[in-house]
Amino acid sequence: MSTTVVEPIPRGTLGSRVGRNLWDWFPAMVVFVGGIVLWEGLVRVLDIQDFLLPAPTEILDALWTERDTLFGAAWFTFEEALGGFAIGCSAAILFALVLARWRTLATALMPFAIAANAIPIIAFAPITNNWFGALNQLSKMVIAAVLCFFPVLVNTLRGLTSVRPQQVELMRAYAAGEFEIFRRVRFPNALPFIFTGLKVATVLAMIGAIVGDYFGGSQDALGIQIRLYTGVFAYPEAWAAIVLASILGILFYGTVAAVERLTMRWLPSAPAGGE
Amino acid sequence: MSVVKLARVDKAFGQGDVVALQGIDLEIGEREFISLIGPSGCGKSTLLRIIGDLIEPTGGEVVVNGKTAHRARLDRDYGIVFQDAVLFDWRTVAKNIALPLEMLGWDRGRRSERVDELVELVELTGFEGHHPWQLSGGMQQRVSIARALSFDPPLLLMDEPFGALDEMTRERLNLELLRIWEASGNTVVFVTHSISEAIFLSTRVVVMSARPGRIVGIVDVDLPQPRTAATREEPRFAELIRDVRRLLRQGGGFDVEEATPSGEEDLITAEEGL
Repeated sequence: MSTTVVEPIPRGTLGSRVGRNLWDWFPAMVVFVGGIVLWEGLVRVLDIQDFLLPAPTEILDALWTERDTLFGAAWFTFEEALGGFAIGCSAAILFALVLARWRTLATALMPFAIAANAIPIIAFAPITNNWFGALNQLSKMVIAAVLCFFPVLVNTLRGLTSVRPQQVELMRAYAAGEFEIFRRVRFPNALPFIFTGLKVATVLAMIGAIVGDYFGGSQDALGIQIRLYTGVFAYPEAWAAIVLASILGILFYGTVAAVERLTMRWLPSAPAGGE
Repeated sequence: MSVVKLARVDKAFGQGDVVALQGIDLEIGEREFISLIGPSGCGKSTLLRIIGDLIEPTGGEVVVNGKTAHRARLDRDYGIVFQDAVLFDWRTVAKNIALPLEMLGWDRGRRSERVDELVELVELTGFEGHHPWQLSGGMQQRVSIARALSFDPPLLLMDEPFGALDEMTRERLNLELLRIWEASGNTVVFVTHSISEAIFLSTRVVVMSARPGRIVGIVDVDLPQPRTAATREEPRFAELIRDVRRLLRQGGGFDVEEATPSGEEDLITAEEGL
């Protein structure tokens, strides 16, 4: 076999991988810093009013002075998003498992799921307030959960059913039953799909929670704080809340993406800056 | 005792309008290496799957290892290799090979011992920790063969295992397969499109006709064992190729237009120049 030796692909130490990743991030960092500087410069030079767009330094300043209120509110709303994410995603995955197992059920129910997805769920926010109480975090979790449900359902179902027929044939040749085929083939095969759905769901959960807040709720919520600040013309503070919400959203997404990478280390490394 | 016994096996698809196999009688003994050859659509892969109880025959009797094909499958009496290696991307080479052993409930220590033996057998030492996408097609197929042999089944079913590989890799893997067959002492049923491959590997070549698939004839390959690269140069090798081709022509195997409505590449035609 000496004629066909393929060089083992170097696995790379963690250090060298991180190093390469940092270098990959360099152009993005330049754009980020450049963008902030440009923003600051334009606001000062053109003397743009606060209610239109405050300067980054003003926003940072507001974030610091209002830190107690803002951080508390951000956590409160993040809890709503996280709760909704957990409820919506687990329900979607369970539902997908059932639909993948009983395909006739899927053909009967999927048209309704698709139709339901076209409903602007956010429009229900005042109603869920009535159902669960505006002050109750659950009313926002439900909005977030419903938003998360569909993308996770569709992706999981696709992952569970897109197994190559020969993989199933091979498992049957080894006398595997349905459960064993699920455990060893369908589920691992679905993992990349599930994570795609989960990543989309992180973004939707944050949107659901904050927009849910807008329709009324506890003073502790970030969405309410944004409304209160704009009500009293405290625009840098409102922007600070938005920045905080964005950072949380990015961290949420990043955490799920990191779990994805850890779970599926078998995959060839994704191209830099993907997604 | 015969390892595989087929009696009057029929297979029709749909409402019985597409007859894939008709009246197949075949007995395969221990330590035989049987090739099934015929034009595309002659049902040779279907026949292999019937032996493996992955497809049910419409009629006839299938006995594997002295039991029904169904019982034999549940008893894990055979290993199988497809044209595509069918490896699981999320498993390393070692774990792909160990899959049937996991399902048989072997403990970790026993599994890794067996995997070490198999990795050596298929000459993949050093690649145990690699994932399938890091391997060439030939290496992937060797993992697939190691997996099929992992639990030392009495019967090995192979469905055009080297069909997707280039000629040089294929010839090298042919030699390796014979070495593995010698070492493991099991019975092989091997589906192929290639006449020279069938003759080089087999103790007997079963020639099948275009649809409906019937057995046109069986060629005893009396070439000396063990076979080497030089076997292909022997005059007897060319004679046997002529015999198989004559049977294929009888069965309509060279009638490409009719035999391969799918337009699939027909290796038999490609080899007519042999």
